[in-house]
Amino acid sequence: MKLPVQLILGLFLTAIFVIAVLLSFIWTPHDVSILTIPDKLLPATDKYWLGTDHLGRDMLSMLMVGARTSIAVAIVAVGIGIGIGVPLGLMAAANRGSFLDEIIMRGNDLVFAFPSLVIAILITAVFGPSAINAILAIGIFNIPVFARVTRGAALSIWTLDYILAARTFGKGAFRISAEHILPNIANLLIVQGTIQFSLGILAEAGLSYVGLGAQPPTPSWGRMLADAQTFIYTNPMLAFLPGITIVLMVLGLNLLGDGLRDLFDPRIRRQRE
Amino acid sequence: MIRFATARILSLSLSLIAASVVVFAVVEVIPGDPASYMLGMNAEPETVSALRQELGLNGSIWARYFSWATGMLTGDFGISYTYRVPVSDLIVQRIWVSLPLAIIALLLSIIIAFPVGLIAASRRGKFSDYSIMGATQMGIAVPNFWFAMLLVLVFSINLKWFGAGGFPGWENGLLAGLKALTLPAIALALPQASILARVMRSSLLETLTQDYIRTARAKGLTRSQALRRHALRNAMIPVLTIIGLQFSFLLAGAIIIENVFFLPGLGRLIFQSITQRDLIVVESAVMLLVFAVIIVTFLVDLAYAAVDPRLRKS
Repeated sequence: MKLPVQLILGLFLTAIFVIAVLLSFIWTPHDVSILTIPDKLLPATDKYWLGTDHLGRDMLSMLMVGARTSIAVAIVAVGIGIGIGVPLGLMAAANRGSFLDEIIMRGNDLVFAFPSLVIAILITAVFGPSAINAILAIGIFNIPVFARVTRGAALSIWTLDYILAARTFGKGAFRISAEHILPNIANLLIVQGTIQFSLGILAEAGLSYVGLGAQPPTPSWGRMLADAQTFIYTNPMLAFLPGITIVLMVLGLNLLGDGLRDLFDPRIRRQRE
Repeated sequence: MIRFATARILSLSLSLIAASVVVFAVVEVIPGDPASYMLGMNAEPETVSALRQELGLNGSIWARYFSWATGMLTGDFGISYTYRVPVSDLIVQRIWVSLPLAIIALLLSIIIAFPVGLIAASRRGKFSDYSIMGATQMGIAVPNFWFAMLLVLVFSINLKWFGAGGFPGWENGLLAGLKALTLPAIALALPQASILARVMRSSLLETLTQDYIRTARAKGLTRSQALRRHALRNAMIPVLTIIGLQFSFLLAGAIIIENVFFLPGLGRLIFQSITQRDLIVVESAVMLLVFAVIIVTFLVDLAYAAVDPRLRKS
């Protein structure tokens, strides 16, 4: 079977970031917690491969460590979405048309009315800014997304014959959801997870940019862009590097998601072959 | 249609009430005592109690919610603690920057996405389709605030066509105002246009597989004639959904973009208020944003029903 081109490109880009993050735990070119003010705002040199920022920190090291923040926030936020949204969606589908279904779906609509930025604003106004807020805000926003996708897919599986067979064996709604529905919608959830992961990276960058996410000195891509804005006249590279890093990461994840969807969806696969 | 609209208005009111309860609970109930939160740790007890009095915090939670919610309905959002002016005045001033920005960006996104999506769909599998799909894939991955910085770098700093930020105010002429909003609107619109163009393309391609298109082709229409005359209208439903969803993203995005261009909009008001712990302003501004999202969703639902009678039943 031929693998989709997007999948290979997506895997490649994503792998680079995963490796960079893992590597950052054992080695970075320079220590980002040490400020070397005399070396501030240097262009790329042999010592600093991508130059230094306004506090003399190595840009490459900052990008590597910043990737941790982005990826950690996005992963936990997807985890919150899956952990709460999927069970809610399964419950709604198993009790289709019931009062419970109605409550879950209306609750979803309510959360949808709060864009993640608005949730972050609310949380930050009350608890002060931190990376945890960004995780919570993006995570809460993810819950209705996964609940809807799960419910929609589960509903179509519930009408199939093997579910009827399972019911004649006396399996209850919970066991059917866990043993038959969930494995059959797992592919879809993986694809949705990849999409939400990339949206999470973008959202985290936006939140840290406006100061609602990770706080200094924790390096984060959005924060780096906010700092770079002051120097955009003199040192545009400072703004260019974190931005292009975000683009490549998000692009990689989107391609990965598209590639996985093509791989899992036999209809599209047949067209390609 | 009237029954459908009544049912939707009822659920609209319920959503608004539920959303206002959530906002009120987060801002006024969770922090415990909003007055001492707003004044910080070193505040004198007399000052705190005076502020409690001023904010009407001495009543029961239900009484406070009720007076806040009814106040909002009559346009009374309370008095800002830091600015000492009615919150409604502050918001009205700022909304005249944020709302036009979001609307211009939405229009721009539609103007770009429709032809682009149409070209990609009608030239499926050809070079132009691949180029468009590649470009939109990039467009989706670009954070709008970073794109905004690049625009400043190119058009303000290098070419000097536009100012790098700030807003002259509408009283200094429509043209000057629009000019100040041009780069921010482009920055907001392009990522959204990428999404919209892709939805447009796939929705058109989906519609093109329908039987009535085959009939149209069979009676002698070319592929692009069939696309223009029959597929276009039918493909609009998913596109409408996305446009509705995008408005809330654009409004939220406007808040971030305002920071790049130092525009005195709702976003800057919100962030300043967060720093100054002016909960009254944050509460009202957030409620207004949520209100806008719910209203737009409602309007999109009505628009569907107007376009497609089948949807009125559900």
